[in-house]
Amino acid sequence: MERRAAPYWNPYLAGAGLGLVLVFAYVVLGTGLGASGAVARTAAVLADRVAPAATEQNAYFGPWFAEGSPLAHYLVFMALGVFLGGFGSALAAGRIAPGIERGVGTSPMLRLALALGGGVLAGFASRLAQGCTSGQALSGGALLLSGSWAFMFAVFAGGFGAAWFVRKEWQA
Amino acid sequence: MNFFEQGALATPQAFAWALAIGAAFGFWLERAGFGSSRKLTSIFYLKDFAVLQVMFTGIVTALVVLHGLGLAGLVDVTHLYRLETVLAPQIVGGLVFGVGFVAGGWCPGTALVGVASGKLDALVFLGGAVAGSAGYAFLLPRFSSFTELGSCGVSTLPEALGIAPTWIVLAVVVMAVAVFLFVERWQRTRAA
Repeated sequence: MERRAAPYWNPYLAGAGLGLVLVFAYVVLGTGLGASGAVARTAAVLADRVAPAATEQNAYFGPWFAEGSPLAHYLVFMALGVFLGGFGSALAAGRIAPGIERGVGTSPMLRLALALGGGVLAGFASRLAQGCTSGQALSGGALLLSGSWAFMFAVFAGGFGAAWFVRKEWQA
Repeated sequence: MNFFEQGALATPQAFAWALAIGAAFGFWLERAGFGSSRKLTSIFYLKDFAVLQVMFTGIVTALVVLHGLGLAGLVDVTHLYRLETVLAPQIVGGLVFGVGFVAGGWCPGTALVGVASGKLDALVFLGGAVAGSAGYAFLLPRFSSFTELGSCGVSTLPEALGIAPTWIVLAVVVMAVAVFLFVERWQRTRAA
């Protein structure tokens, strides 16, 4: 069962592949790639379970319920595809490794707490910026959209700025 | 005619294409090593530049091919879905997103690949992202004017800078190649 994981592919090859998938998405769908949209739509459906009235009257979530389920959206199917494609690739490469990835000096609980907190920030920020690294930086960047480039440089600035504070989380 | 310009993104055919395109996207993310949070965050410690290399190669590839298709009259970018530029929320959103990225170890797309690879921290990150998205929706009335600050409509760098698109495309390609050569050299120096 313990089989050695295959090496990752060359980053320039993977980047070119990703770029051609993006071109294909623009030619066929007329839109770029996206991941955070599906996350937000999942949030809307879960919020609707807890507080239906407040969610369906909410200025941001409400309109998504106008035409049925918020999950009946192409970005939700795209996210499902990302999961399936990632799973197929990881399986083929022997890289399915159940566990928690962390630095040696970080306990699993601390790592999960930081993953949760980081997720909250990234989820909030992706709504504020109207997209994440996929929908805003990658997809908008390839169309030379001003806001996408501003977002991308800001992501790197935020990441490098905060890196020192969480360095132990990743220390080998 | 793409699905967006036909107003047909909410059809089963568009869903099927989105599923297939997503699968190809997830495949390349995983092949690049982005099912690992340590690999993803090591860019911020200048140890592994795959995030930069993959992302910039992806942008440059798509940029050059789309620009070429545009010059050949095969693609009209005005028929594509283009997000409007709203500078303040996109810059502040980017900064906060970057903090979430290095602390959480993932971004939404790579976290899906992380979950597919069995990573519990990726699943917890996505749970946080769902909560953060709900938080945004319900707190929005308190800062809704901020979400319109610096609104420029659909704005492209060639228009904003008053430079012909071909020159911008060339500049991005040259910049990317220069960055790649620099990080390759940096890595060789470190390894030595």
